Amino acid sequence: MTQLPTSTDRKMGLVIDLDTCVGCHACVISCKGWNTENYGAPLSDQDAYGANPSGTFLNRVHSYEVQPAEGHAQLIHFPKSCLHCEDAPCVTVCPTGASYKRVEDGIVLVNESDCIGCGLCAWSCPYGARELDQAEGVMKKCTLCVDRIYNENLPEVDRVPSCVRTCPAGARHFGDLGDADSDVSKLVAERGGMDLMPEMGTKPVNKYLPPRPKDNVEDQIDILAPLLAPVAEEPKGFLGWLDKTLEKL
Amino acid sequence: MHPAPSVIIFTTLSGLGFGLLLFLGLGLPDVSGWVAFVFFAIAYALSVGGLMASTFHLGHPERAWKAFTQWKTSWLSREGWCAVIALIVMGLYAIGVIFLGQRWSLLGWIGALFSLLTVFTTSMIYTQLKTIPRWNMNLTPAMFLSFSLAGGALLAGQVRVALPLLLIAALVQILYWKKGDKALEESGTNLGTATGLGDRGTVRAFEPPHTGTNYLLREFVHVVGRKHAEKLRIISFALAFVLPVILLLLPFGHFFALLAVLSHLAGVATSRWLFFAQAEHVVGLYYGKR
Repeated sequence: MTQLPTSTDRKMGLVIDLDTCVGCHACVISCKGWNTENYGAPLSDQDAYGANPSGTFLNRVHSYEVQPAEGHAQLIHFPKSCLHCEDAPCVTVCPTGASYKRVEDGIVLVNESDCIGCGLCAWSCPYGARELDQAEGVMKKCTLCVDRIYNENLPEVDRVPSCVRTCPAGARHFGDLGDADSDVSKLVAERGGMDLMPEMGTKPVNKYLPPRPKDNVEDQIDILAPLLAPVAEEPKGFLGWLDKTLEKL
Repeated sequence: MHPAPSVIIFTTLSGLGFGLLLFLGLGLPDVSGWVAFVFFAIAYALSVGGLMASTFHLGHPERAWKAFTQWKTSWLSREGWCAVIALIVMGLYAIGVIFLGQRWSLLGWIGALFSLLTVFTTSMIYTQLKTIPRWNMNLTPAMFLSFSLAGGALLAGQVRVALPLLLIAALVQILYWKKGDKALEESGTNLGTATGLGDRGTVRAFEPPHTGTNYLLREFVHVVGRKHAEKLRIISFALAFVLPVILLLLPFGHFFALLAVLSHLAGVATSRWLFFAQAEHVVGLYYGKR
């Protein structure tokens, strides 16, 4: 049913640390790897080895430059996947009931055998978390690796979403954001975790930890710097003549 | 937004078709027999043809019947219900008018109401989307409804009703464009709120996630058509409203009436193309585009 549950028992989700993410895209690859061969239709690619490759991904990493009013610009890598919103617009717009939010853990899923591929849920998502698979004609989205996190056939350490398990920098955390005492909730409280596009009223479960303030980079970065300054400001001799002549031309 | 031909054809034709059905349901014009048959045939060709076109862009059209299940929450589902009810009720009404020489006016009224509701529910599919500020306005249903009523009156040959309705639709169109041009800015959503980094400085998309394109960019970030938007607006406005009004003011003739209908149809289709091509989805912000 596409009616959203009034509340969910738990709010499972991700906390992504923008301070720690190094932009290696390992989460993108591991996500595609796991999800193309497990739950639901595979994540297809079109023209994968041709001139114009494109494909379905459930997780993508952007990079942004932030230029403060004063000081140096900062580069921030920005992984983005489904935020498993509490007030998920993608669920209520679905005409067939294929999209739903689970009462037990708040995960937003697509029942692919009910999906007609109308694309309206992707239209309603401000985050670009849903992509219509071009081969299968059904909507694909992050499942929070629902087939890993409860999977008793896997060692306990692997019972987290594939992206979290893979991240070499430890920038991704998984847990119950509805439980104020959980590690992820404490992390969010401590680091000032934020929502993306709060004005959309989607109430995302996933939170982003803002980058920590950077040290000030002083003008003189090295005591040897003055010695490295260019010596000849104005070219002399032959080069000087060449410079002047070329200037005149 | 990517202006998919199937959706443009659907909203243009079915808007016009349900508009005509509405007037037929009200007994305007009060026709029977073969003349009524021709009117109903045109109305059904437009509305059903439009609905059929809308299934072309589905990934799985064979499951389309499942779209009737979620009327409690989904405008798309409600649209399906309204369209089917309108077509069935108007079908029964048409049988009476064409074959039995009977005008079951209550049935006609119900059919007219559901024809109007179909156009309204279609418009709400777009209006409900906060992600597309240009659509997320009261003027969107006003535009769909006024276009449908004006076009319906025009097709039904109701010159005296069509003239004021065309003028109203023209006014709504201008207001829609004026307000729509400022919608994204006024929504307050920008790359700063999208990334949550806006309070630290100016955010710029430095590197996209992939060197190639993807579904999101193809579907939501259509910038090609916007280049000639101003010119297309003038063309659309002239065809949809100015020319039909002039033709209606001339002494009535079937040729002028046909010309007015065709001109209006072309104008509305152009306007609908702009409706999609100019709509900026906020996901484009993540890619440094709009």
